Amino acid sequence: MEATAETSAGRGNWRRYLRWSTDHKVIGIQYLVTTFIFFLLGGLLAMLVRAELLQPGMDVLDGVQYNRVMTNHGSVMIFLWVIPVLAGFGNYLVPLMIGARDMAFPRLNALSYWIFLAGGLLMMGSFFVGAADAGWTAYVPLSILAPDGETVWAVAVILLGASSTMGGINFLTTVLTMRTEGMTIWRLPLFVWGMMATSLLVVLSTPVLTAGLFLVALDRLLGTVFFDAAMQGDPILFQNIFWFYSHPAVYIMILPAMGIISEVFPVFSRKPIFGYKMIALSSMAISVLGLTVWAHHMFTSGMDPRLRVPYMVTSMVIAVPTGVKIFSWLATIWDGRIRFSTPMLFALGFISMFLIGGITGIFLAAIPFDIHVHDTYFIVAHLHFVLFGGSVFGIYAGLYYWFPKITGRMFDEKLGKVHFLMTFVGTNLSYLPMFLVGILGMPRRVADYAPEFTQLNQLATLGAIILAFSTLPFLYNAIVSWAKGAQAEANPWRALTLEWSTSSPPPEHNFPTPPVVRGGPYDYGEKPAEALPAAAPASD
Amino acid sequence: MSSMAVSHHDEFKAAKALGISHLKLGMWLFIASEVMFFGGLIAAFLNFKLNVPTDEIQLLDVALVGVNTFILLTSSFTVVLGLDALRQDKPQRLAFFLGMTILLGVVFLGGQAYEFSQLAQQGVTLSSSVFGSSFYTLTSFHGMHVLIGVLWALRNLLGTLRGKYGAESVEGIELFGLYWHFVDIVWIVLFTLIYLI
Repeated sequence: MEATAETSAGRGNWRRYLRWSTDHKVIGIQYLVTTFIFFLLGGLLAMLVRAELLQPGMDVLDGVQYNRVMTNHGSVMIFLWVIPVLAGFGNYLVPLMIGARDMAFPRLNALSYWIFLAGGLLMMGSFFVGAADAGWTAYVPLSILAPDGETVWAVAVILLGASSTMGGINFLTTVLTMRTEGMTIWRLPLFVWGMMATSLLVVLSTPVLTAGLFLVALDRLLGTVFFDAAMQGDPILFQNIFWFYSHPAVYIMILPAMGIISEVFPVFSRKPIFGYKMIALSSMAISVLGLTVWAHHMFTSGMDPRLRVPYMVTSMVIAVPTGVKIFSWLATIWDGRIRFSTPMLFALGFISMFLIGGITGIFLAAIPFDIHVHDTYFIVAHLHFVLFGGSVFGIYAGLYYWFPKITGRMFDEKLGKVHFLMTFVGTNLSYLPMFLVGILGMPRRVADYAPEFTQLNQLATLGAIILAFSTLPFLYNAIVSWAKGAQAEANPWRALTLEWSTSSPPPEHNFPTPPVVRGGPYDYGEKPAEALPAAAPASD
Repeated sequence: MSSMAVSHHDEFKAAKALGISHLKLGMWLFIASEVMFFGGLIAAFLNFKLNVPTDEIQLLDVALVGVNTFILLTSSFTVVLGLDALRQDKPQRLAFFLGMTILLGVVFLGGQAYEFSQLAQQGVTLSSSVFGSSFYTLTSFHGMHVLIGVLWALRNLLGTLRGKYGAESVEGIELFGLYWHFVDIVWIVLFTLIYLI
């Protein structure tokens, strides 16, 4: 046991994390660590943005620098942090949760990671040739006219899209063909459902973004005229192509996070999940509906006004499956024996923060309101509540929840709570003032602003500073606990999903013998819950 | 694609719920993503076809491309015949039909190159108009897929000659067949949208 734990944790063998490996757990850790480093870099860019916005006028950056920093803050956070970190969780957990030895295509899996890394380094490297400055949306004609860094950026995003698509194909194939005996579709953990819904979106929408950026690259490099209005090219075409991916990208970034907290709630409430099938199916519903709403980003673009109403309706309808999830989570913790451990705190934080982001999303689906606040800080606040208050809280919940499984060590609970408190306060202090300043009319993506917005911007910058420092207790906790935290037992949270039925960290190929599943993943409280095994090793 | 997979998880094969191997499912999903990529390019082409009418369309040589289309469709037929031969454990015949497929694919690419050169002489280039941009991008992107398919067929041909395939090991050829038929079907859609309507 001891020996297996040592080899799997890679202590003394850490170099294999720097090398090509087809072990899904190694790849998972490669993703989780690499993406966190990109998260810190993206955060650094955000701090530069907030420093510039501390007061009106140009102080820290000039206009071009500001555009570059803002563009790459968004690109890094989306393409190099939230999307791939969730793929990291998926890599580590999906095979474990379905009782498989590895992913369906281990070599493709490794290739996905290394292409991701190449794309990431290329994007960061673009700063040396004058980084992209057309926003993460890369709207034409701006992105055609921008200097060379924009080409590097487009190539980077095409690589990241290819990596993401390969991952999506791999996850879907793994879940559909590699489940162990007894792991029926309706016994899949909800995180796996979240990864399936996300992977479906990735496979169907990412190639469209890749096609769009391919056209941008052709316009820039080979002189095609797709988006050159002087040659009857069509800038709106790019917006359609871009949002066909980039709105579903929002769900790509939230569905696995919703899956994570769906794992956390039943475990820390000691109750079966409420509405298992409804949560699973609502993920798929969000996934399908998510493909039909993209033009709500374009209400002010000059699109045919008659098309606005259907997009408003589909956008609002998405609130229904989302609401189903939120009420199911609330019903899950209702009357439960709640343990306020760090993963649970972040999961609870997810509900409240994501609710603010989600509700304001319904405001924004309404055409008149959207036209009023379009391109203001209201949008910035909304998307940060969804992506930081939602996705990042879910990611933190998952990092703490599976920390013992991945590292074989327990983290420090006190530091975890300090981290949660700082993150929660920082999030609200950063992003709530942005709603106000947005309604008052402060435009987004601009380095300067009118003096009357100063106070609210200073509050936001203060919140951003707290968020920046909030990573310190997390990093200290993660590094020190990984090195010399208390040994974690196989199942410290007494959870029922399969990954907890093997040692922490799991041995190579995960299970000594293929497990046989005999019950649902959330059958808490039905029998003497703590003793109930969801799975037993095959008897022969 | 076939070289990407490792089949060291035999004991889990009992759990296959779909009655389809992970390689084939992976291939179908890859094709789904390709459909969406082509969808993006086709949307761009149609957008311009509908909104920016042009006389350049008259320059397209429908007869030449019609023959080329027939050649590509025939190459799908030879793949089917090859697979059928392999199922009857006749790898020699498979090798012959793979050779035919490669030949037909190369002729198609040659036809496309000739078509491009003819159009270029008449002033239709990548940057001459949105029609030129979207026409060349879409058709040459498809041509790249044909080229990749030809190389894949070549690899399969070498494998067949080395005795890699038999009635018991057809999956590698089936996967190639899925891809090749997909590339053909895309061409039928493109031929219809670009040349016929």
